Amino acid sequence: MGRTLAEKVWDEHVVRSTEGEPDLLYIDLHLIHEVTSPQAFDGLRLAGRGVRRPDLTLATEDHNVPTVDWDQPIKDPVSRTQVETLRRNAAEFGVRLHPLGDLDQGIVHIIGPQLGLTQPGMTIVCGDSHTSTHGAFGALAFGIGTSEVEHVLATQTLPQARPRTMAVTVTGELPEGVTAKDLVLTLIAHAGTGGGQGYVVEYRGPAIEALSMEARMTVCNMSIEWGAKAGLIAPDETTFAYLRDRPEAPKGADWDAAVAHWRTLVTDDDAEFDAEIELDAGTMTPFVTWGTNPGHGVPLGGSVPDPESFEEESDRVGARRALEYMGLEPGTPIREIQVDTVFVGSCTNGRIEDLRAAAAVVKGRKVAEGTRLLVVPGSVRVRLQAEQEGLDVVFKEAGAEWRGAGCSMCLGMNPDQLAPQERSASTSNRNFEGRQGRGGRTHLVSVPVAAATAIRGTLSSPADLEAAV
Amino acid sequence: MDAFTTHIGIGVPLRRSNVDTDQIIPAAYLKRVTRTGFEDGLFAAWRNDPAFVLNQAPYDAGSVLVAGPDFGTGSSREHAVWALQNYGFKVVISPRFGDIFRGNAGKAGLLAAQVDDKVVLRLWALLEAEPGTTVSVDLTERTVRAGSGPEAVEDSFDIDDYTRWRLLEGLDDISLTLAHDDAIAAFEAARPSWKPTTL
Repeated sequence: MGRTLAEKVWDEHVVRSTEGEPDLLYIDLHLIHEVTSPQAFDGLRLAGRGVRRPDLTLATEDHNVPTVDWDQPIKDPVSRTQVETLRRNAAEFGVRLHPLGDLDQGIVHIIGPQLGLTQPGMTIVCGDSHTSTHGAFGALAFGIGTSEVEHVLATQTLPQARPRTMAVTVTGELPEGVTAKDLVLTLIAHAGTGGGQGYVVEYRGPAIEALSMEARMTVCNMSIEWGAKAGLIAPDETTFAYLRDRPEAPKGADWDAAVAHWRTLVTDDDAEFDAEIELDAGTMTPFVTWGTNPGHGVPLGGSVPDPESFEEESDRVGARRALEYMGLEPGTPIREIQVDTVFVGSCTNGRIEDLRAAAAVVKGRKVAEGTRLLVVPGSVRVRLQAEQEGLDVVFKEAGAEWRGAGCSMCLGMNPDQLAPQERSASTSNRNFEGRQGRGGRTHLVSVPVAAATAIRGTLSSPADLEAAV
Repeated sequence: MDAFTTHIGIGVPLRRSNVDTDQIIPAAYLKRVTRTGFEDGLFAAWRNDPAFVLNQAPYDAGSVLVAGPDFGTGSSREHAVWALQNYGFKVVISPRFGDIFRGNAGKAGLLAAQVDDKVVLRLWALLEAEPGTTVSVDLTERTVRAGSGPEAVEDSFDIDDYTRWRLLEGLDDISLTLAHDDAIAAFEAARPSWKPTTL
């Protein structure tokens, strides 16, 4: 019988397989950041172990870093200690680091693909759940905890139970103004936050094949938000065109050999998935969340649901609690929800295409009074590219704040945070209670919805702006 | 890692589902560079509420957490496991765990015991009716027991065989893997030369 893409990548990386034990998988690339690595390096020191393959390891600083005054020492002493600890560890163990101020610094899941280090068929891990982003290249990429970070540092392998596989087939074509973010939010609302649990998911079908690499990364990025172990997309010409000429992509004869292999990384026609979901992109609309997990989503044209409308008691309890936290009444049209802060950025939507899409909406317009728009490029190179294209000027003229690279307001770990009860429209990935700062209220949205919301001050799509003119 | 065979401790009913790791420990508490001292961050936002279960005696001395489905979803932060352990928890019981959380728990020596929804509902009722009731968790037999009489709960829990064995023996994963160093070296020797390197 044929094999799925995920099974092929898995099989190529099995170092050892024994009945009754997890497979021992080789790891091609280990990405590291400052938050989940200090205790792992400490563990190595305690055991007198080194890093087995520093040449397959890359570190950067992203979660803690400020997005203003990035040329100054980090003000928060605890954040500074964490970043300095990473610098010491990288130096001591010989790991390449792109620190704050470096041209290649940025969110760990933005810089891997940007450098060309993320390639089809690789196994990629990082102490960060959004490692699934790299699956867009047909890599098997997943988040791990700190004990596993230490394990990979010491052995370049991980014991892993073979996961089940699932196909998410998206037929049809996304309508104008509907993005990869809307697609994945629609999927999560459909499948539920636990729907992907235990599966490696392959996204496929015409609507997926039509996506750019950056849009594919947005889809794969949010795999973890419906519980999937990883999400991947078969590499194709779009993938190869993106990779070609990247600094760390193979060159010359190596390129040819690599591409020849990458072309084999597709699910065989006679392969069977353990589960399948099919969605029609043609029916999708801009999609936003109303509650406190990424499965709490509705179309922008809808309204806040009534908790009593849910079938399961646990869902009713969860929805009641979510509405109380979010300060929302059932039945309120989504478009009437006023937003204080709009955040464009993160490993979900902080790439150059995202910034272009946001700029196209705000160009020649002004951010609504009482609303602030924060635009945070995912990496230094994304920032420089945007500035070269004049996008920074577009944002500043609209009254937005143009920032330096980092995780920023995706999580309340650096100075960019919501105040209690402050409401955001955010292009990031999690609307958990307090995720963007204690008491903050998050609506997850696509980039065009974020930008239009900043202009109108209420949750909106670009079409609403045209209607208003 | 200390071996885990059985544990008996006060059960804490956490009547919530979808408890993501941002709720278990918010990002602001992740800045320590040690594995200890995270207990203050445990459920930090919820602990501001005097009515929260961990602000009530005798639950505040609990060591077996009983939570709704999808416990530990979201972020990969192992700090969520450490925060629970630093506070004093030895076991978390839930009908379903986030994958990464369950893996982290197994590595760090916190028992993540998966049970049927009904078992959680019965444990909640029991622990709320009789605060301070202890829950007995036997990893060898894979059973949870609590209470006595008609309301008593006795059922089995799921945990994968390999994690169970490692917890029972108190084994360190890295040492187990390093025993296969030859296999790793042989694999490395056969890797294609065009695979990328960072140095």
